[in-house]
Amino acid sequence: MELKKAAIYLEDGTRLEGKSFGSNVTQGGEIVFHTGMTGYQEILTDPSYCGQIVVMTYPHIGNYGIHGADNESSSVHLSGFVVGDYPQKHKQWRSETSLHQFLMDHNIPGIFDVDTRMLTRKIRDRGSMRALISCEDLDTAKKKLSQVPSMEGQNLIHQVACKEPYVWENRTSQTHPITIVVVDCGIKWNILRSFDQLGVRCVVVPPLITAEAILSYKPNGLFLSNGPGDPAAVEGLPSVVEQLFGKMPIFGICLGHQMLALALGAKTFKLPFGHHGANHPVRNESNQKIEITSQNHGFAVERESLEKAAVSKNIDLRISHIHLTDDTVEGFELPGLNVKAIQYHPEACPGPHDSAYLFKEFVACLKTK
Amino acid sequence: MSKREDLSSILVIGSGPIVIGQACEFDYSGTQSLKALREEGYRTILVNSNPATIMTDPQYADATYIEPLTCDTLEKVIAAEKPDAILPTMGGQTALNLALELHKKGILEKYNVELIGARIDSIQKAEDRDLFKKVLDQLGIGYPKSKIVHSWETAQQVLDEISLPLIIRPSFTLGGSGASFAYNQDEFEVLVKRALEMSPVNEVLVEESILGWKEFELEMMRDRNDNVIVVCSIENLDPVGVHTGDSITVAPAQTLSDQEYQRMRDYSLDIMRAIGIDSGGSNIQYAVHPDNGMVYCIEMNPRVSRSSALASKATGYPIAKFAAKLAVGYTLDELVNDITKVSKASFEPTIDYVVTKIPRFDFEKFKKTNKVLGPQMKAVGEVMAIGRNFRESFQKALRSLEKGVYAFQDKWISKATDQELLQKISLQTPSRILSLAEAFRRKLPLEDIYEKTKIDWWFLYQFEHMIQIEDELFSLPLETWTFDHWFEAKKNGISDKRIAEMAQLSEQEVRQKRHDQGVRPVYKMVDTCGAEFESHTNYLYSCYAQEDEAIPTKRKKVIVLGSGPNRIGQGVEFDYCCVHASQSLKKFGVESIMVNCNPETVSTDYDISDRLYFEPLTEEDVFEIILREQPDGVILQFGGQTPLKLSKFLHEKGVTILGTSMNSIEIAEDRKRFSHLLTSLDIQQTKSKTILHLEELESVLEGLDFPLMVRPSFVLGGRAMEIVRNKEDLLSYLHEAVKVSPEHPILVDQYLENSIEIDVDAISDGQSCYVAGIMQHIEQAGVHSGDSSCVLPPVSLSQNVLHMIESQTQKIAKALEVKGLMNIQFALQGENLFVLEVNPRASRTVPFVSKAIGVSLVEETLKILLGERLSLKTFEDAQQRRKHFYSVKSPVFPFVKFSDEDTILGPEMKSTGEVMGMDESWEIAFGKAQIASGNKLPAQGCVFLSVNDMDKAKVIDLAKLLRELGFDLVSTKGTAQFLSDQGIEVAKVSKVNEGRPHIVDKMIDREIHLVINTTMGKHSIKDSYSIRRTALEKGIPYFTTVEGGIAAAKSIQNMSTGKGISVVKLQSLFS
Ligand SMILES: Nc1ncnc2c1ncn2[C@@H]1O[C@H](COP(=O)(O)OP(=O)(O)O)[C@@H](O)[C@H]1O
Ligand SMILES: Nc1ncnc2c1ncn2[C@@H]1O[C@H](COP(=O)(O)OP(=O)(O)O)[C@@H](O)[C@H]1O
Ligand SMILES: [Mg+2]
Ligand SMILES: [Mg+2]
Repeated sequence: MELKKAAIYLEDGTRLEGKSFGSNVTQGGEIVFHTGMTGYQEILTDPSYCGQIVVMTYPHIGNYGIHGADNESSSVHLSGFVVGDYPQKHKQWRSETSLHQFLMDHNIPGIFDVDTRMLTRKIRDRGSMRALISCEDLDTAKKKLSQVPSMEGQNLIHQVACKEPYVWENRTSQTHPITIVVVDCGIKWNILRSFDQLGVRCVVVPPLITAEAILSYKPNGLFLSNGPGDPAAVEGLPSVVEQLFGKMPIFGICLGHQMLALALGAKTFKLPFGHHGANHPVRNESNQKIEITSQNHGFAVERESLEKAAVSKNIDLRISHIHLTDDTVEGFELPGLNVKAIQYHPEACPGPHDSAYLFKEFVACLKTK
Repeated sequence: MSKREDLSSILVIGSGPIVIGQACEFDYSGTQSLKALREEGYRTILVNSNPATIMTDPQYADATYIEPLTCDTLEKVIAAEKPDAILPTMGGQTALNLALELHKKGILEKYNVELIGARIDSIQKAEDRDLFKKVLDQLGIGYPKSKIVHSWETAQQVLDEISLPLIIRPSFTLGGSGASFAYNQDEFEVLVKRALEMSPVNEVLVEESILGWKEFELEMMRDRNDNVIVVCSIENLDPVGVHTGDSITVAPAQTLSDQEYQRMRDYSLDIMRAIGIDSGGSNIQYAVHPDNGMVYCIEMNPRVSRSSALASKATGYPIAKFAAKLAVGYTLDELVNDITKVSKASFEPTIDYVVTKIPRFDFEKFKKTNKVLGPQMKAVGEVMAIGRNFRESFQKALRSLEKGVYAFQDKWISKATDQELLQKISLQTPSRILSLAEAFRRKLPLEDIYEKTKIDWWFLYQFEHMIQIEDELFSLPLETWTFDHWFEAKKNGISDKRIAEMAQLSEQEVRQKRHDQGVRPVYKMVDTCGAEFESHTNYLYSCYAQEDEAIPTKRKKVIVLGSGPNRIGQGVEFDYCCVHASQSLKKFGVESIMVNCNPETVSTDYDISDRLYFEPLTEEDVFEIILREQPDGVILQFGGQTPLKLSKFLHEKGVTILGTSMNSIEIAEDRKRFSHLLTSLDIQQTKSKTILHLEELESVLEGLDFPLMVRPSFVLGGRAMEIVRNKEDLLSYLHEAVKVSPEHPILVDQYLENSIEIDVDAISDGQSCYVAGIMQHIEQAGVHSGDSSCVLPPVSLSQNVLHMIESQTQKIAKALEVKGLMNIQFALQGENLFVLEVNPRASRTVPFVSKAIGVSLVEETLKILLGERLSLKTFEDAQQRRKHFYSVKSPVFPFVKFSDEDTILGPEMKSTGEVMGMDESWEIAFGKAQIASGNKLPAQGCVFLSVNDMDKAKVIDLAKLLRELGFDLVSTKGTAQFLSDQGIEVAKVSKVNEGRPHIVDKMIDREIHLVINTTMGKHSIKDSYSIRRTALEKGIPYFTTVEGGIAAAKSIQNMSTGKGISVVKLQSLFS
């Protein structure tokens, strides 16, 4: 592997030089950091990172290579990958290819040998910024950086969602007496795997869909997936969801959670630097227990607007989960309408499995309805 | 808040003396827990026999009992203090076992005391192999197959079920010793039979071997609301087969994918729940098959452990503190993370650096023991280092060890053939890691290296990369190095000293060149969260990167240099001193900056000092910190020899050293100058000479009489010191043990036969001096001061001698203008007092003396270092308040862990720790110390008494006393003859070489209850070796000096008559 110099540029003027790995194309995006110490492959293939450059805070990344079965989607969606120390050789019994090759295959630029902690501190102090990874000369890079769009107002789900409906089933030996419609805004496969293991047949549909089309599948329930970009910029979906309130149990994760909030009439806002990691403590308000959760979201639901919207619509609302560190809403329920929304990732991958019960609860609710 | 209001007082059990496998990490956990409980307003009671610890300082608990850790004393303490609860999870296996015993004996119930932190049934489930395996079965978690056998016949059947290789562990041996691996049928037979014999209950566990699997540990916490978290994952570089305490370990785990890691995490959560740990921490160990990822659980420790200390330092997450709070009812989400102040204790720390721990071994002190590492721990200490990548972290750890290693290289193996080299790395010795470097330098096939070591590929590639970088850099002349080259070198952990060696320059010149290029370390924080939140503590490590995070303050500040890894001769007592120094600085309004690299210590807790640099204590690393901090002074005298070694360098650099001057330190260490000084002060010293050439032996020996004390001049700490009794022995010493040459001269001292050794700790401000403690040794001079018991105040020294000691000490202190602490060892032969040695620094006995006299010597020293005069009044006041009592210190030895090692005592220190006994009668104080050190003196039975001719006269009174006390005596023929001639009734027993049944047979049959055996000369030492070894392995109390035996007999006398043993509260002694 030849080592070319590359640099990472931030909109605040920071420029750090490092070495290029993966593809050496120039690419920009919103820079965020992820604090997970394992799970880089799941992060790379998580469609929610579309449009983002991810800095891994743990320095040694790539240690155990890439293993096909760990993919969370068929592609790599983020714009660039920044790590502290990349091992140029690796060998592990599960590994099929190297991280470098994987990024090459997906034409994604990576940079290593930079002070990732410095980048993280900058992001923490100034919030997520526009950034660019490039092997090109300073002027070109700067010009390209200025063209990187801001994340706010971007609707990215169509870039990563499926174009045609498909059915995800029988991947395990379970039989599937229950069918749900899954609106794919950039879904992580482990959500589908989780449903599959619980005997649920998933009809996965693109996000541009009508309530009628959903109903035509005669599903037992509806699921709204995670996805990239600014939730407020997603058009249509919230109103489709609103029409289905009360018609069947609905579950949303991440962007899906935000869609449910928007459907109710609440607002979302941009977090300073988002929640990206596998160690976020969330309090389950029903039993006061703490779950260690996998998180990946740059936007959150405004609690006040959510509560107001519920009151004004006379809908029973229960905030079910709260982030222990910053008190943001991590989950809510509309018990009367059988709606459940979770901001973080109970499907894990990467991250702890503490919240897997949420799938079971939803499926149990489908069975009783 | 869910803090328990129904409890008001809590008893914490400590872990006792420092032994291998249970070291000062439990001072860290005990101290943290006491602070945490006090913070919550509980009255705290502590029982721990180890005086060198910080936790046994009177200010850490409301009631401190420095008493033996036995059920008996605990019951007395419980009866006296009536605690509501006992916290047994902070004092290692010792405390946990005691808790179980208290429960079994019904003592907990009797006094209505609750166990907090771990429930009895949980402890049992975790500790009992069978119960634990049942739990694993229920959870569907794998473990190595095993069978318990009681005979060779049943053992044979095991081979049908479990295939070789097998690990064979005798049950209930002392310190879990005797585990071994059988690779073939023959070995299996030999080892099983041996193990059956070793086990006192003839029980052996035969277990499937999983040698070569990858080994991992997870540090867990769980609260009563069922919140469970993983604090840290640790990966062992050395695969399964080497005890984790002896393995190089790395945090976080490096070679597991998220899928694999999460599976292990799930298992750990399940285990925590099933075992029922509901208010504390645990450590769970796993093995992972390198080729298919199969996971086995090896064991769980339902308490704070050595690894939790490491995990706490590695992450900044204070496990012991939080575990103590969970024990009193808090839940994790109620506890605030003090580092970030915004996050709570219920999250999983994430780290953004690499932590490497390397154990330190002192095998050179145990020459007879095979250096191969195995399932039983042998390391005496450890270091930890932090870097931005593994290579940097690993190399920093290597140079932190203070083993003369400053690079990843093996200087001694360059002549080996490739085959020999591969052979060497296939053996798990402490030095194999360095030999690996040679294998990479020679570019031996990685496949071969992997096959021989089973060290995971990731580590091997890191090593390969490291050597590649070195090779590339060093192929260029240093003059041509650009900023990038320097940066690359330093980022990969290459030390200045290594560069100097390669460029054939001095380290100073290299540093200059590096500075000229502007290549300097930056410092980053350990913050539990990978910089996600702002950090409010200054827990720092160096690295070579762009951004520096911790800007020095403009305050008045002083740096305290710590004592590095524990080793024999330098242990927790120096950490005690450093912690006190730091806290006193804070108290006097000076910013305290600690530098240390030992993760087991209290000094490396981030809340002890204003700033903590977790860094190697080498010239390079310390000097960079000094340059950056520009302190008002640096204190060297509290960290033992470690900082003292830097004194010359720092002095030359113009760094202000607070304390005794460089010149005086040198006088004390330079024999010639020191000898001049003593002569000029009219103080006696033993006659001494130096041998440079063998040829001049005759002339050197003139004026000296045998026996002589010999030692090489170039090693420290009594290493290789010996007493030679005749010329023959001297010649063999000069030929075999050490090779004499002008570069390596041998020092010869007149050995002061039959003299009493006296240790003195004094404090001085350069003018006046106070003799704070005079400790009379029980064993005669010739037994290293660290290895003999001693009593304070002295029991049989005349006023005149005491006076001489004081006045000589004061003279020396004045002459050396000692500022701070000084330690002197004297030997008293008849009425003649000789100075053996002066150490112008805090000594091993500072914590012991401080506790015995009721004044913190370190705090008083700090006042002097900050410019005040010595306050005699403080000491006099304390003396006024002090009740009359004796304090005895006794050593604890690691011999059980070193098979084949002789337990005889000599001038080379071998003990790892110490205990203290206190009482109004010195004999009882001695008896308590013996009990505390595991030498439980019998009240009746049979004493084996066998002494060398020199000691015969001394033994008469001892024998009479023992008879009076009702003991039967047996002796070998010489002693038996001598005693019967004196009219003392004694039975004769055969020596080992005189045919069976002999003395060792009787010992094995438990017919002997106390052994007093002294020897002289090579032959008798050899002949009696098996007696000492058997006594050790069978747990029979033994003494290898008559003085020790006499003290023991007197203490048996006092304990059986009189009022027996009572427990004393330290605080009550000064009222
Ligand atoms: N079945 C086994 N085969 C090979 N090595 C083993 C086996 N079980 C344990 N070990 C090794 O022995 C070490 C000590 O065993 P462990 O059960 O953890 O005892 P301890 O209580 O002393 O920590 C482990 O760290 C591991 O490296
Ligand atoms: N001349 C001597 N006569 C008798 N014993 C001695 C003599 N010199 C040293 N020793 C014994 O050897 C021990 C170690 O010697 P010392 O000089 O104190 O070395 P260290 O630096 O290891 O403390 C002393 O504690 C003492 O018991
Ligand atoms: Mg273990
Ligand atoms: Mg000494």
